[in-house]
Amino acid sequence: MADEKPKSNLPPLSLHVPEPNFRPGDTVDYSGLEIPAAGAQARPDINTKPKDMRDMVDDMIRVLDDDHAAVGPWDPKLDDETLLKMLRTMVQVRTFDDRLHRQQRQGKTSFYMKCTGEEATSVAAAMALHADDMCFPSYRQQGILFVRGYPLTEMVNQIFSNKADKLKGRQLPIMYSSRELNFFTVSGNLTTQYPQAVGWAMASASKGDSRIAAVWCGEGSTAEGDFHAAMTFAAVYNAPVIMNIVNNQWAISSFSGFAGAERATFAARGAGYGIAALRVDGNDPLAVYAATRWAAERARTNQGPTLIEHFTYRAEAHSTSDDPTAYRSAQEREEWPLGDPINRLNKHLIQRGVWSDEQQEALDAECLEAVKEAVKEAAKNGILGHGLHQPFETMFQDVFEEMPWHLKEQAAQANKEREIKWPS
Amino acid sequence: MAVMNMIEAINSGLETMMERDDNVVIMGEDVGYFGGVFRATAGLQEKFGKTRCFDTPISECGIIGAAVGMCAYGLRPVPEIQFADYIYPGMDQLISEAARLRYRSAGEYTAPMTVRSPVGGGIFGGQTHSQSPEAMFTHVSGLKTVIPSTPYDAKGLLIASIEDNDPVLFLEPKRIYNGPFTGYYDNPVSPWSKFAESEVPEGHYTVPLGKAKIVREGDAVTVLAYGTMVHVAKAVVEEHGIDAEVIDLRTLVPVDIETIEASVRKTGRCLIVHEATRTSGFGAELSALVQERCFYHLEAPIERVTGFDTPYPHSLEWAYFPGPVRIGEALEKIVRDLKS
Repeated sequence: MADEKPKSNLPPLSLHVPEPNFRPGDTVDYSGLEIPAAGAQARPDINTKPKDMRDMVDDMIRVLDDDHAAVGPWDPKLDDETLLKMLRTMVQVRTFDDRLHRQQRQGKTSFYMKCTGEEATSVAAAMALHADDMCFPSYRQQGILFVRGYPLTEMVNQIFSNKADKLKGRQLPIMYSSRELNFFTVSGNLTTQYPQAVGWAMASASKGDSRIAAVWCGEGSTAEGDFHAAMTFAAVYNAPVIMNIVNNQWAISSFSGFAGAERATFAARGAGYGIAALRVDGNDPLAVYAATRWAAERARTNQGPTLIEHFTYRAEAHSTSDDPTAYRSAQEREEWPLGDPINRLNKHLIQRGVWSDEQQEALDAECLEAVKEAVKEAAKNGILGHGLHQPFETMFQDVFEEMPWHLKEQAAQANKEREIKWPS
Repeated sequence: MAVMNMIEAINSGLETMMERDDNVVIMGEDVGYFGGVFRATAGLQEKFGKTRCFDTPISECGIIGAAVGMCAYGLRPVPEIQFADYIYPGMDQLISEAARLRYRSAGEYTAPMTVRSPVGGGIFGGQTHSQSPEAMFTHVSGLKTVIPSTPYDAKGLLIASIEDNDPVLFLEPKRIYNGPFTGYYDNPVSPWSKFAESEVPEGHYTVPLGKAKIVREGDAVTVLAYGTMVHVAKAVVEEHGIDAEVIDLRTLVPVDIETIEASVRKTGRCLIVHEATRTSGFGAELSALVQERCFYHLEAPIERVTGFDTPYPHSLEWAYFPGPVRIGEALEKIVRDLKS
C-alpha cells in the first residue's frame, strides 16, 4: 500500500532537488565564487596529453586583469587592429540585439533572442578560427555571422520572415543558416548540432582536409544524450573539433545546478572522456580568443578535440517569451564579478592608448545607424504577418528534392484555400 | 548475373556504390572488421579501408547525428542500425534533423544518407529484435521509407536509395534474408537460390523508389503488402485458390498510389497485410487512401491483417505473427459474396 511506511529500521532516503543561491529580491553575494587572478594560469604546450592537464578544468583562464592590462601566458598578443575589430564586432552584435528586440516588441516579428553579455563567446571564438572552419552554432551565436561578414539586411529579412528571407520564412527568427559562410543551419532542438559537428570533423579528417569544426551549446543542454554521444565519438575518432559550452548560468529558469554544476565544472566533463578541456572567463574576449586558438592548433595538428567551458552570464531574458524577474535576482547581473565583455575590451583599448570614450560613442552611434538602415531596408520586403510573405507553394518545396504526388495534391489544396480567402 | 540471397545482394549494392563514389561511407555497430551481425558489410572494410567502413560506439544518436554532419561536409553516409528496435535513441537526429535539413535551410544543407536496419520477427528475437516500426517514420515529413522483399529488389532499391539526395530509411526484413517465407514456420526454409528473384546483376542497376510491383496479377481482390508479408500473402492466396492481385509496395513514402488505385478499381476489393502492430500502422494510411480514392469501386469493406497491438512475444511469436490462418480468414471474408 502506498501510504504504508516501509518496514525497515534504515534511515529514510531523501531526494535532493537543486535550488539556486538567489531568487527575486535576494541580496546577491558572489564571495563563494572562486575567481582566480588574471594571468595566473599556466598555458600547456599544445602537445600536452589531456591526462596531464586535468587541473585546467577547475581553473579559469583569464587574461585581462583588474587594471585592464593583458597579462600572463595566455595573452594572445593581438595587434591593435585585431582588437579594434573585436570590439567593433561585439558592439555591432549588441546594438543589433537591442534594436531587433525592440522590433519584436513593436510587433514586427514573433520572437527574438539576445546574446547580451555573451558576445565574446562567439565573436572572439570565431575570430580565432579560419573563415573556412565549419561552425555548428546554437541559437545564441549570432556573433559568428557578424565576424564572417553576413549582411545585416539578410539577418533582418530572416527575423521578419519576409519575402526576401533566404530561408523562405520557414524558421523561427534568429535560426539562421549560411552555407557560404560555413555556418550550419540552427536547430531549435538542443545540442543536436554536437554529434553533427563531430561527424563533419570526422569527414574532414577522413578526407585529409585541413579544416576543423567548432560547435556551441549551453550548459543546460549538456544534459542531453547528444552531448555525451558527441563526446564519445570525438574521443574515439580523435575528431578535429572544438566543443564550446557557453555556461551562462541559466537555462530559461533552471540554474546550472540542474545540469550538474553543483558537483563539477562543465569543463570537468572532458576529463572522463580523455578530452583536453579548458575553463575560460567567458567575459574576457582575449581569454576566449587564446583558448580557441590553442584548441584550433591542437585540432589542426591531429591532436584531436578540445572542450571549452566559457564561464559567463546571461545578462538578459532567455528570449522575448521569457521574464527572468520571475525567477532570479536582478542583482545577479549588476554584481556579476566578471563584468561585461564589451566594457572590458573597451577599457583595455583605452589603457593601451588606442581608444577613447569619444571614439566609443562614435562607434555606438555608427553601429546603431547601420542597424537602423538594415531594418529599414528589410522592412521593405515585409514584416511577419503582413502579407508580403512567401508564395504558398514554397511551403511544400524542399521537403524532398522532388515533390512527390501527395505534396503536389496538398499544395493544390493550399492554393485553393488562398483563392477562397482572397479571391483574385 | 549471379545467384545471391538478400544479404549478399545488399552487400553487393554497398560494394557497387563504394566503388563508384568515394563519398559513400559505411558506419555502425560491428560493421567494420567483423562485417555486421548479419554479415551485410562483410569484406567491405578489407576492400575499402577503415575510413570508408568502420565500427562505431553503441550510440544510435551519435551514429545518425555524425552522419548528418558528414552529409554537411559532402559525404553520402550509409549508417547501419543493428536492429530497427534500436533506432529510437537516434530518432531525434533522424526526424528533427536529417529529415528537416533541406527544408529548414531552404536547400543549403541536405542529408543524402541511407539508414539501413533489419526489421521484423520470425527469428525468435523477442520484443527487442523483432519490431516493425516503419509507421513511426512514414509519419515524418522529409523522410523516405523503403522495404525490399527480394534479393534483386534489395540491391536495386538500395542503390537507388544511396543515390537519392534525401534521407532514406531502408528497412530489411530479416526473416527473408536467406529465403522467402511462406508463413509456415515449421517447414524448412527454401533458399533464395531456388527462386528467380535471386538472379542479381553484378555492378550497378537501380529499382526506382516510389514504384510498387505487381507480384501476382488477379481480378478478385487487391492485396497490399511489403517485405516478408509479400511472400506470406502470395502463398496464402495460392493456397486458397483466390484470384488475388498481390502488390509489393517496395516504397512506403512516397507510396505508389497509381498502382494501388488502378488495381483496386479493377478488383473492387482490398486487403492490407503488415507484420507491424495494428493501431496507427501503415495499413491505416493505406486503408484511408483506398477509401478516399476508390470508394465507389469498392464492393466490400477494406480489411487489414496485422500483428497484434502487443509487444512482439518470444515463446508465442507464431501466435503473434499474421500468418496463413489470419490472412486466409480475411481473404475468405472479403471475397465471400464472390463465391456465393
